[in-house]
Amino acid sequence: MAEREKTQVADIDRTVYDMKNEDKDAYRFEGGLTREIVEKLSREKDDPEWMHDFRLRSLDLYNEIPVPDWGPDISGLNMDEIVTYVRPNAKMSANWDDVPAEIKNTFEKLGIPQAEINSLAGVGAQYDSELVYHNVRKEAEEQGVIYTDFESAVKGEYGDMVREHFMKLIPPEMHKFAALHGAVWSGGSFVYVPKGVKVSYPLQSYFRLNAPGAGQFEHTLIIVDEGADLHFIEGCSAPKYNVANLHAGAVEIYVKKGARCRYSTIENWSKNMYNLNTKVARVEEDGVIEWVSGSFGSHISYLYPTSDLVGERARSEFTSIAFANTDQELDTGCKVAHRAPNTHSYTNTRSISKGGGINNFRSSVYVAPEAKGSKCAVSCTSLMLDSESRSDTIPAMDIRTADCDVGHEAKIGRISDETVFYLMSRGLSEEEAKALIVSGFADTVSKELPLEYAVEMNNLIRLEMIGAIG
Amino acid sequence: MALLDIKDLVVSAEDKEILHGVSLSVGEGETHVIMGPNGAGKSTLGMAVVGSPEYEKTSGSVLIDGEDVTDESADKIAKKGVFISFQNPVEVPGVTMSSFIKSAMEQITGERIRLWDFKKKLTAAMEALDMDPSYAERDLNVGFSGGEKKKAEILQLLMLRPRLAILDETDSGLDVDAVRTVSAGIDLYRREVGGALLIITHSTRILDNLDVDKVHVIVDGKNACDGGRELVDDINANGFERFIKAGA
Repeated sequence: MAEREKTQVADIDRTVYDMKNEDKDAYRFEGGLTREIVEKLSREKDDPEWMHDFRLRSLDLYNEIPVPDWGPDISGLNMDEIVTYVRPNAKMSANWDDVPAEIKNTFEKLGIPQAEINSLAGVGAQYDSELVYHNVRKEAEEQGVIYTDFESAVKGEYGDMVREHFMKLIPPEMHKFAALHGAVWSGGSFVYVPKGVKVSYPLQSYFRLNAPGAGQFEHTLIIVDEGADLHFIEGCSAPKYNVANLHAGAVEIYVKKGARCRYSTIENWSKNMYNLNTKVARVEEDGVIEWVSGSFGSHISYLYPTSDLVGERARSEFTSIAFANTDQELDTGCKVAHRAPNTHSYTNTRSISKGGGINNFRSSVYVAPEAKGSKCAVSCTSLMLDSESRSDTIPAMDIRTADCDVGHEAKIGRISDETVFYLMSRGLSEEEAKALIVSGFADTVSKELPLEYAVEMNNLIRLEMIGAIG
Repeated sequence: MALLDIKDLVVSAEDKEILHGVSLSVGEGETHVIMGPNGAGKSTLGMAVVGSPEYEKTSGSVLIDGEDVTDESADKIAKKGVFISFQNPVEVPGVTMSSFIKSAMEQITGERIRLWDFKKKLTAAMEALDMDPSYAERDLNVGFSGGEKKKAEILQLLMLRPRLAILDETDSGLDVDAVRTVSAGIDLYRREVGGALLIITHSTRILDNLDVDKVHVIVDGKNACDGGRELVDDINANGFERFIKAGA
């Protein structure tokens, strides 16, 4: 039984790589990212002038800024053929038959209904998911919440608000992929929660994100006004499949005075993906940002959600898990900047490495001279499932005041044979036992997620561990 | 045919031979006791029977229902209906006792259990063991006291309903009340499940209310003496001295 499941997974991996090669061939004749391509994109989007200019300025920056040389190797991304990533062949993603078997099998194993499958795979906006989206929107609207796709927001009545906030937390100067994002962003969500409004249910993005061609460089802008409260959920456990294998999204969150935003995400990219995602939250006085993050899939990930605590008593909580399997290197972590007195941050991350997978945990903590009385605790725990896997911790701290409390704790462990035997003596197979132990290890994250996402995350872990569910 | 047959079993751990040939046979529904001084190899025998990878069986055999399971993995042996209660139960963070017991039951029976039925059984069993119901949703053994851990083992025994339960020093380190509760749990298993027992112990408190069919005294990794209930009283009165002398 176990033998058969393993074989199945190996077969699937091959399919994914075959697909990738075909894509390359199809676009070989096309060149790098040019002004003409960006102009054309801007025209198609019917951008206002400021956005058009913003794209071109970002393009210039993109051409100037070098590829990062400090993290995992991304030389597999052919920057000369970047246009491939910007203009994926829409025809391919529009056909369910062309979606790789790995993705389809995972959908089926996760028990995601067909309508949702079609929508998630980018095959097209299905009636069911559209309906759900509209219902969510209607309820939110009644509370005065604005929740719309990003293109409409740029052009619509909130255009000025968008312009005021767009890529201010993630300026195109930040790094090469932020610049790329600024030039070619497409799709995404805009959320505005008015003063004092507490949104009683989580807003979920994937009904929007997975519209054809929208999942590549999507921009998410969230503004939670004073005293308001929002839980936003990005993505879902189904692997997001894109023909092109680069994802460079951006998430900007403004948490105003006394507001709270919880941003939950389970990212599960197909395993050929370079996931170079940027997320920043700016938190004002007494505001709270809560990041809950699960990173699965992708070939290479660079992901460091950032909390900029600019107001007194602002707080950041960061809970994450990353699972690196064979042929994956996940460079994840978080950044926190304490820029005001009595700000607090609490970071709790877990990583799992298996089958030669590599996890790097990178954290950066800055405490400004004026951030007196601040507290910062970083804790990361790694689990390695075999001796070929790797896990590294790379903490950086820049503390400019003596009047603060900063702690960093890192633990690396392995699954103990004793625990596996204990569970096996109750009838669980070795694989089942290990999967259960790993699920337990991921519990700090799953218990922060809404139930259906927690269940899906456990299923994902089982998929990575055993290659099957139930 | 015996339920469990151990034939001339030789067992090593970390290249050191601990059992030098132990034999015993437990029939369906019988209660057997393994006694012996500290370090005689009693626990090694239990662990080796249920397939612990830490112990290597270098010769001899273990049979369940006449089938050779000497080289089977622990989960296969559990599925054949053999359970062991651990001397030091392992803590499993992030996995609740309730969800663990449910998945173990499903693994052993190969059938899904309805949550409602499961909860009802679990609540009843926990009540019988005088366990705080909140423990069901606590992480398995994490932060449990020594006594709670032993009770959690007996709870698993009652829920999994094995045909043979090996109890490895289940009474050690328990106060009088806890021993009474654990004994009541074992009694319940005998009455409700009718399973066989193989009790590893160096004291005799836990045996007070049990009908013992056979007693095996193990000294220095070998059978020193096999007999009936009267051996327990003999050992209570005279200790293991005469067996140790006989072996030397």
